[in-house]
Amino acid sequence: MEYFCGIDIGASAAKLVIVDNQGHIAGKAMQRSGVDYTQTARTLLDQSAAEAAIDPAQIVRSLSTGYGRDNVPWSDGKMTEIACHGRGAYFHFQKRMTVIDIGAQDSKIIHLDAGGRRISFKMNRKCAAGTGAFLEEIAHRLALDISELNALAERSTKNEPLGSFCTVFAATEVLARIRAGVDVADIVRGAFCSVVNRIVEMDRVEGLLVATGGVVAHNPFLATLLGRALDTEAHMPPDPQYTGAFGAALFAMQQSRKGQ
Amino acid sequence: MAQTAEPKKIQATGKMKGLMGQYFTELMGEEPSGNKMAWCTSVGPAELLRAMGFDVYFPENHGAMLGATRMATDLIPLANAHGFSPDICSYLTSDVGAYLKGESPFQKLGLPGPPKADVLVYNTNQCRDVKDWFQFYSRQWDVPCIGIETPRSIGEVDLTIVQAIAKKIKSLITPLEDVSGEKFDMDKLKDVVSLSKECTMLWKAVLETAAKAPSPLTFFDGTVQMGPAVVLRGTTGAVEYYKLLLAELEQRVADGVAAVEGESHRIYWEGMPIWGKLRDLSTQFMELQTAVVASTYCNSWIYEDLDPDHPFMGMARAYSELFICRSDDYKEKYMAKMIEKFSIDGVVYHDSKTCPNNSNNRYDLPKRLETKTGKPFVVINGDLNDLRLYSEEQSRTNIEAFVEQLAGA
Ligand code: SF4
Repeated sequence: MEYFCGIDIGASAAKLVIVDNQGHIAGKAMQRSGVDYTQTARTLLDQSAAEAAIDPAQIVRSLSTGYGRDNVPWSDGKMTEIACHGRGAYFHFQKRMTVIDIGAQDSKIIHLDAGGRRISFKMNRKCAAGTGAFLEEIAHRLALDISELNALAERSTKNEPLGSFCTVFAATEVLARIRAGVDVADIVRGAFCSVVNRIVEMDRVEGLLVATGGVVAHNPFLATLLGRALDTEAHMPPDPQYTGAFGAALFAMQQSRKGQ
Repeated sequence: MAQTAEPKKIQATGKMKGLMGQYFTELMGEEPSGNKMAWCTSVGPAELLRAMGFDVYFPENHGAMLGATRMATDLIPLANAHGFSPDICSYLTSDVGAYLKGESPFQKLGLPGPPKADVLVYNTNQCRDVKDWFQFYSRQWDVPCIGIETPRSIGEVDLTIVQAIAKKIKSLITPLEDVSGEKFDMDKLKDVVSLSKECTMLWKAVLETAAKAPSPLTFFDGTVQMGPAVVLRGTTGAVEYYKLLLAELEQRVADGVAAVEGESHRIYWEGMPIWGKLRDLSTQFMELQTAVVASTYCNSWIYEDLDPDHPFMGMARAYSELFICRSDDYKEKYMAKMIEKFSIDGVVYHDSKTCPNNSNNRYDLPKRLETKTGKPFVVINGDLNDLRLYSEEQSRTNIEAFVEQLAGA
């Protein structure tokens, strides 16, 4: 059996996936990207190879993606996370689709045609609005753990987004709501709505809506709200946080077949 | 995939540097020419100023130097603190910051810095910022600031506009005579316009060599080579230089020499250069085997309507025909033509935060053009000079992802 590896070193978390030659996931691992990407990559490789019960030498080709894509010395190639999230999502749905990847530091909207070819894409502008960093800031303001946000947002029924584009200004709005005695669940829901608004205004959505990335993996209710805002259902691939790494592994397989 | 990431050296460049150095020395060196000093906007009435015996200085050129040397980043905040918003033209804020601090890249050339103006002459065809910029110095030095207010978002450049602008240009003569103490001479103006036209047509021919595949030059080369077309138009030096450059590029075409080895994709750059990042961007595109072969920016100094027989009407038309002061309908048609002519595969729009005037992605033009031409686009957020507004990582990923898309990923 041949194996292929994809590693996605994101701004916050690093993910690694090993697939077999059918595209089935044989092993995967994730940890914080940290400050030594090369070491992180090595650790993840060893962990996922152990899970797959293979020797890393059985990996025919590896491909890196994400912010740290240039820092994986053993990778055989690299592609952007835009390409890899598209490819990873397409594997599961095989339709004309719009992939919305919400990461820690940026969000991307990726349009694929029915054959999986990318038509266009858009990344958020420079600021944190519409990304995981925004939710982290809000959790911090509310003295909550980031893992508590999803349940709280789901509990609220009030869709009152924070209005500002700017994360700092939005945090100030949070303070005003705290002062006014607004329920914490309503504030968190407001923050979710605000992330959704920032994303929806980035670009149009056509075809199937697919949400990927760490933020929806931890906060699936955000994907639900995204679907509601766009009048459609938001689909999520299995392990949405691994979609980029999975896509990278699929590219590695494809390139290996092409003999690159 | 990566080939040599060093840009191929254009041999003529040494001559150009000499020419520019000589021009700067004449303006700022120890031996004064005795002429009065006029500041002129980059697409202002330079021909008239030269014909009336002024030494002509273009502060936007200084702005670009401040950007390219990255001195701008330290200087812009001084202008911000003085009262000029970080949201306005960062050429203006870099230049004013440089003035306030008494620093300039000219000092590295052994020159004192920008020359003090006797008169400042603008044309608002490009933006209002140039007028505000010049008025700052006008107040500092108590010298006149005069100019032309060209309409913006022009559809067709009709006779009404041309006549009005021609009249306005003529109205500058008397105040300029007052400063220079010299009488206006129509024959001199005709001579200068004739040289300026020759320069412009040669510059156009230089840029059009890039229509060949592989292209012998890139947009990044263009941003260096355009110097004389901006600051020395109307002089024989500029004409001679572009003859030399054109011959070298034609030879490259004949020999099949590519500016970007293994050219696989051809890009149109729309918007301002990111001066402090030109080198990095040029390297990235080269590594991606992608040639940026055309741009609106470098084409901004092509004035085909200059007419030595009718200098005022010709200047009026030429300086109102500019892309930057035209309507989106015109811009769309113009770019569609360029995309075809240069066999463009995709368009990169630079949304330059402090120059809305030269950021053409903001009114849905990219999508309309994509629908019309079938050529995809990507938008890079940044700025001409203010690197506080630029995200290296975002731009790098956007460009890489765009080239992946062109390659069919
Ligand atoms: S056109 Fe843009 S960059 Fe040029 S002077 Fe005006 S605002 Fe500045």
